Amino acid sequence: MSATNNVAQARKLVEQLRIEAGIERIKVSKASSELMSYCEQHARSDPLLVGVPASENPFKDKKPWRAEGAVSLRSP
Amino acid sequence: MCDQTFLVNVFGSCDKCFKQRALRPVFKKSQQLNYCSICAEIMATDGLHESETLAALRSEAEGLKGKLEEERAKLHDVELHQVAERVEALGQFVMKTRRTLKGHGNKVLCMDWCRDKRRIVSSSQDGKVIVWDSFTTNKEHAVTMPCTWVMACAYAPSGCAIACGGLDNKCSVYPLTFDKNENMAAKKRSVAMHTNYLSACSFTNSDMQILTASGDGTCALWDVESGQLLQSFHGHGADVLCLDLAPSETGNTFVSGGCDKKAMVWDMRSGQCVQAFETHESDINSVRYYPSGDAFASGSDDATCRLYDLRADREVAIYSKESIIFGASSVDFSLSGRLLFAGYNDYTINVWDVLKGARASILFGHENRVSTLRVSPDGTAFCSGSWDHTLRVWA
Repeated sequence: MSATNNVAQARKLVEQLRIEAGIERIKVSKASSELMSYCEQHARSDPLLVGVPASENPFKDKKPWRAEGAVSLRSP
Repeated sequence: MCDQTFLVNVFGSCDKCFKQRALRPVFKKSQQLNYCSICAEIMATDGLHESETLAALRSEAEGLKGKLEEERAKLHDVELHQVAERVEALGQFVMKTRRTLKGHGNKVLCMDWCRDKRRIVSSSQDGKVIVWDSFTTNKEHAVTMPCTWVMACAYAPSGCAIACGGLDNKCSVYPLTFDKNENMAAKKRSVAMHTNYLSACSFTNSDMQILTASGDGTCALWDVESGQLLQSFHGHGADVLCLDLAPSETGNTFVSGGCDKKAMVWDMRSGQCVQAFETHESDINSVRYYPSGDAFASGSDDATCRLYDLRADREVAIYSKESIIFGASSVDFSLSGRLLFAGYNDYTINVWDVLKGARASILFGHENRVSTLRVSPDGTAFCSGSWDHTLRVWA
């Protein structure tokens, strides 16, 4: 019966909201400074942020990439 | 409507208690029944009771929503970009297309990197799924799915298999083999079954479990070996379009985004939604965790990307510009979390300074919508896929 469904749905929503309302939160200032310190700690090892020399980045190398023992997948 | 008349004395068997009584017409779901006066009265008060309960529940829900907003607002003491004023500004970026992967016959819809930081799997509207070596641009594997619009694909952590799916409503796993005599399609295994299209899939930390999101409004966790449903996640009010697993250190949660404009964070073990965010004004096309796992970003058809902090339980930044009016289809963070790369339906990729909230760079190159974007596992490059049939690797 649609009325019972509505009640069941409404109950679920209330239960869900109770869970969400009950979680512990921290201040935005604290959360922000933690996001920032994560960035700062890892900035130096972020290749897209600081850039890496062409010799270390396989994508920046203009010469066709070759590995030792590379197997050609085309039939001989 | 005053044509209900109780003056007509119909005498007969009550439709509810079947006793022989004087009957009066009652309407249930616009169907007319004949009840005796006792049953009619019971029905009337039942209805009243139910609607009272419903009203009470609805007002409690509204009250709780209000309380949630209040609690969140209390902790909103400052904006992220204000705290970030003391951070050094970003330098100039030189990011170019370093590789173009051509071979798909139609729109590229999804892509994923292998953990070897080199191989890429991509899927397309024409039903083809291709595995590429992004260093050489060679195609290593190709399989044709039995359906078109393969909207989701993922690389297994071991690099030995891929998963994909779309309009077939399933997620299938294909083991990757270098044996030229083996037909990849023959070893296909169907893992997930949804009742609508598959929009996203991701292996968990092992090759043994897959998490899926679907147009049927649910997400689900599956065991690859047996195809068994391990957990399902209900709560979205419309199609779920994207999902992302939390970085392994932060535990068993994942975030999903949907057409109901909501981003929801789920506990994988209990199936419970633990947090929900509803600030976007349109479909959320992409969600991605911040590398520390304490926040996640979203990209939406409302032309904005947003950052939500999980511990503050609120949105802490919006990445938007008046000149950006097309939806963001796909987002990903650089390794440190300082940069957010976002692909848009206006064919561009915008690079955002996550902390300061400003755009750092805009990248042109694709000739149609950017539909998918992922940073490589070691952060040296990122790959974008587009409706222009190509993928581009940028560094």
